[in-house]
Amino acid sequence: MPRLDARAHPETIRRAGRTLRVGLVAIGLAALLVASALVAIGAGPASIAPADTAGYLWAALTGGTIPADEVSRYQIIWQIRTPRVLLAAVVGAGLGAMGVAVQAMVRNALAEPYLLGVSAGAATGAVSVGVWGGLGALGIYAVSTGAFLGGLVACAVVYLAAARASVLSPLRLVLVGVAMSFAFQAATSVIVYFAPNAEAASTVLFWTMGGFGAASWATLPVVAVAVAAGIAILAFRAGRLDVLSLGDEAAASLGVDTGRELRWLLVLTSVVTGAMVAVSGAIGFVGLVVPHLIRIWVGASHARVLAVAPLAGALLMVWIDLASRTLVAPREIPVGAVTALIGVPVFVYMLRRRAYLFGGS
Amino acid sequence: MDLRLDGLNVALDGVRIVHDLTLDVPSGSVVGLLGPNGSGKTTALRAVYRALSPESGAILVDGADLWAMHRRDAARTVAALTQQHHTYLDFTVAEIVAMGRHPHHPRGGRLSPDELALCRDAMARVDVAHLADRGALTLSGGEMQRVLLARALVQEPRILVLDEPTNHLDLRHQLGLLSLIAAADVTVLVVLHDLNLAAAVCDRIAVLQGGALAAVGTPHEVLTAELLREVFGVDAEIVPHPHTGRPQVLLGLPTSSPMEGIPK
Repeated sequence: MPRLDARAHPETIRRAGRTLRVGLVAIGLAALLVASALVAIGAGPASIAPADTAGYLWAALTGGTIPADEVSRYQIIWQIRTPRVLLAAVVGAGLGAMGVAVQAMVRNALAEPYLLGVSAGAATGAVSVGVWGGLGALGIYAVSTGAFLGGLVACAVVYLAAARASVLSPLRLVLVGVAMSFAFQAATSVIVYFAPNAEAASTVLFWTMGGFGAASWATLPVVAVAVAAGIAILAFRAGRLDVLSLGDEAAASLGVDTGRELRWLLVLTSVVTGAMVAVSGAIGFVGLVVPHLIRIWVGASHARVLAVAPLAGALLMVWIDLASRTLVAPREIPVGAVTALIGVPVFVYMLRRRAYLFGGS
Repeated sequence: MDLRLDGLNVALDGVRIVHDLTLDVPSGSVVGLLGPNGSGKTTALRAVYRALSPESGAILVDGADLWAMHRRDAARTVAALTQQHHTYLDFTVAEIVAMGRHPHHPRGGRLSPDELALCRDAMARVDVAHLADRGALTLSGGEMQRVLLARALVQEPRILVLDEPTNHLDLRHQLGLLSLIAAADVTVLVVLHDLNLAAAVCDRIAVLQGGALAAVGTPHEVLTAELLREVFGVDAEIVPHPHTGRPQVLLGLPTSSPMEGIPK
């Protein structure tokens, strides 16, 4: 019987065998990611072949020895490029997964991880710390910590302003999130305008365009753990995300408390996104486009989407970062600019596809 | 399983919509909830499928307070076909139906072969098996309605509440759906607008007016010309169905100023 329908609706054929395919897609993406990371670590002003790169990484991980004349190359690979490429992969994975979560949370096709004010709040936090000092005990991590806290404060403000009695509506979250983002941007502008030095302006530029230039082995583990834990929790609760996207009434009748789900999703996405923004700034479009692309590929089920979206986000971000630091070397194009240049046409193309539907539009 | 609404008061945004509603739905019976627009039918149902908590009063299932149960246990007891149809993501029909198993599988995971068979059977019963791989957002309103009924059946509830289940359905599927719920081994509370369908399928009918119970009884007792005039503001003839003997409501267009006297 489904055969008959397959003829009437070509889309059906595309959907067949999706479950089998998702495993293959995930394995393929993981292999591509490893290969891409090796290429990306080797590429740059001092170009190193993937085989040599693998050799240096192996030596670093196993405590092997490096010939004396190769030490500087080894240092470039291990101390500078590896953490940078890994950070790009971690943030790409996190943005892909948090984009899925925020879209499920507010049921809006235009939702992305920064929708609820995290990035605007982070910029305000970072600039405040940069201009006025504070958090001095944290040394070089003061600004990042300020960004993280700023992001969380913004989300808390959005939540408190959007929650009314016991009801927390997705639409109100979106509206308040957008409004608060403008408010935090305005606050940032005012701080920068009256700042005694020009440094504040470049701080803002970094936080609004994003980049992985500040990557180091010291900050990588914190973000990696936050992102990995966030993705694991989401994957564990994928069934609830499915039910949530059926709407409040249906979710209630299936035993899911939408208010509670919204609250934990808000906390989880805010913390993970805040951790990412603190080290890499706000990198747009990846968190918006990746979830849509993955749904076109593997369907709407969150268990499948969350198995693939982090890998796709990581792969995409590794290449975007590579492009941002090599295309006009020795200068860097801000990562956020590259993602927008690639993301906008992809997004427009996607919206023109008739086979892809989100929210019936 | 017996369902009893016991002195139920429900408010929306501080405005009381349902007033002191007491209604018994005996185990295995079909009780219809009728009433004009805004009379509180949907609001009362929302309290039964736990979308809206009552201000006071209780919803009892075999004497146990539904709102004191764990949400998941409540969802294994009561399934609902709601008026809200919108899904936000393009799940396939089979995926939407499988979500009916969510209360039984809170941690997700694969469905067992028995559960998959249950899903296939439910889709066949509401005539959507051929749509299994279609995207939900490409369905017509009537097709979606049947898919959502399949999802409710897959929940294996003891009590089924339905809010205007015949909306969007063509005649054949309206009758098919109503005979399916009448034959199903569940207790049914159903909101209907079509009085003749209600008379055909319901064991008892309750009529709401302004959020309070205006009448309750068998279709014969409730569907009278006086009640229709008083509650719905229409003049109607009631005749027995030539085969079943159930009351049938015959309506003619009013002869003067049709909107006058429609309750606000």
